Amino acid sequence: MTASALRLEGVSCTFAAREGAAGFTAVRDVTLAVEAGEFVSVVGPTGCGKSTLLNMAAGLLAPSAGAVRVFGERLAGLNRRAGYMFQAESLMPWRTALGNVMAGLSFRGASEADACALAKQWLQRVGLAAFGDRYPHQLSGGMRKRVSLAQTLVLDPDIILMDEPFSALDIQTRQLMENEVLDLWQGLSTAPGRVVSPAGARSAAPEQAGLSPRGAASGASQAVRKAVLFITHDLDEAIALSDRVVILSAGPGSRVVGEFRIDLERPRDVAEIRATPRFVELHKAIWDVLREEVLAGYQQQLAKA
Amino acid sequence: MTAMWRYIKPRRATLRLWQLVLLALLFAAWHVLTVPGLIPHFLFSDDNQAAFFFGEPLKIFDRIRHWFLVDADIYKHLAVTLWETVLAFAIGTVLGLATGLWLALSPLAAALLDPYIKALNAMPRVILAPIFAVWFGLGVASKVALGVTLVFFIVFFNVYQGVKEVSPVILANARMLGASRRQLLRHVYLPSATSWVFSSLHTSVGLAFVGAVVGEYLGSAQGVGYLILQAEGSFDINTVMAGILVLTVFALVLDALVGRVEKALMKWQPQAGEGDKL
Repeated sequence: MTASALRLEGVSCTFAAREGAAGFTAVRDVTLAVEAGEFVSVVGPTGCGKSTLLNMAAGLLAPSAGAVRVFGERLAGLNRRAGYMFQAESLMPWRTALGNVMAGLSFRGASEADACALAKQWLQRVGLAAFGDRYPHQLSGGMRKRVSLAQTLVLDPDIILMDEPFSALDIQTRQLMENEVLDLWQGLSTAPGRVVSPAGARSAAPEQAGLSPRGAASGASQAVRKAVLFITHDLDEAIALSDRVVILSAGPGSRVVGEFRIDLERPRDVAEIRATPRFVELHKAIWDVLREEVLAGYQQQLAKA
Repeated sequence: MTAMWRYIKPRRATLRLWQLVLLALLFAAWHVLTVPGLIPHFLFSDDNQAAFFFGEPLKIFDRIRHWFLVDADIYKHLAVTLWETVLAFAIGTVLGLATGLWLALSPLAAALLDPYIKALNAMPRVILAPIFAVWFGLGVASKVALGVTLVFFIVFFNVYQGVKEVSPVILANARMLGASRRQLLRHVYLPSATSWVFSSLHTSVGLAFVGAVVGEYLGSAQGVGYLILQAEGSFDINTVMAGILVLTVFALVLDALVGRVEKALMKWQPQAGEGDKL
């Protein structure tokens, strides 16, 4: 048994409160593992610390207790093997779409030409080949999310962290994007070794340039399949996309209250799969658990107001 | 007649025309009220006083014509003033940008220097002009120094604010993409701060100009401010007015140029009315 791609071991996160009052514990003693090539969603009521969980997995936030392990190694500092898609706008507004996709490659030392070639390929994959010279404000919300997706995936991370990436999109665009994510993920998962691309050998360019974020040590155990940790408050989305759905309790001090394996067949179409009997069955089973947490979360919000 | 009026009635399309009409009326009124003997004097005690205090538009225009066409001797003064403005703007902007970035990124230094920055900004900087004249002489340098003290604070405060308000999500994203601290500075903080610099471009270019002209006026050997000072010394009100007119037009041209530059450099920012396309 190899180490999980990402493993949160009994992590808690307490934020210091102002003026010495008791701190606010967002998540308490959460243990959660994502295997290589697995798509795991975390659902929970609003304000249950889902984003906190993801920030700890990314290394943007250090857990107050417990540990984050990435392929068995304890995480210190930023998670270099992870790509992060944020809920809010995260593109640099002063860079074009192409410039944004190139950013990570340039940061990691790729040559301008290599970065440009690879970024163009990824823009094409997310259907924005003709929009490379546009600035973020000239793109629609859905297009910006595609650029974000390309920006994250172009770095070929082993772990993809997604924080409600499509929550701001309308339902049609959202389903489109969900399918695209699944396609890209499956394409990535089944590809022998590296990403498949029209230009073939081109995709190996960053590796040749010596900018693999993994470094030489872990090169041999290079994971082919990408692990995805997907945060959402939308149960439909979670079931349609995932291999496993984890339910988080209402905050503060959220913990894992349920875990469901989603045995729906792949490849899936997120719009069609919602009508299958198994989906409905799973949805009901999970909702039974989630409903109480949602109500509890709602009560707490009312009490605070 | 009414058809004619409908055609030229003030509206968006004829706005420029009406602005020019207003200008012509202004000069006409000025002319009528100041030319000695044209109308009986009513405010002053004799016919020549209005012209003495306010100048006469025709003589002013004649002065300007001599400056630009007949003697063609204003160009070197304009060039000096422009050069002082450009230097003051450039040096003030670079200093403001550097200091703003530095203080915004090191809170301890910011906390330490805070009262001093506030004090320097609150001080009326024109009062420094005599000191600069002593330090740097009556040449270009003392005017540039005065302009720099004016421009610096505008740019500094904008950059400071700009860096403080960089979106935390964009920062976190850049870090996740692998940006080092240096790269964050170069690719996130600096572009974000520059956008704030450009938003204050009109103000800072204007202030650089003010610094140059005021500096010249307080003591110099060339520049448009010097021309005005000389004329004032000999009670030549027409030349003073001509100098003011030239400076005003010059400032307008400068401002229009800045607008152009701003538009070219800030193409990544949504223009008013453009909104979210596509």
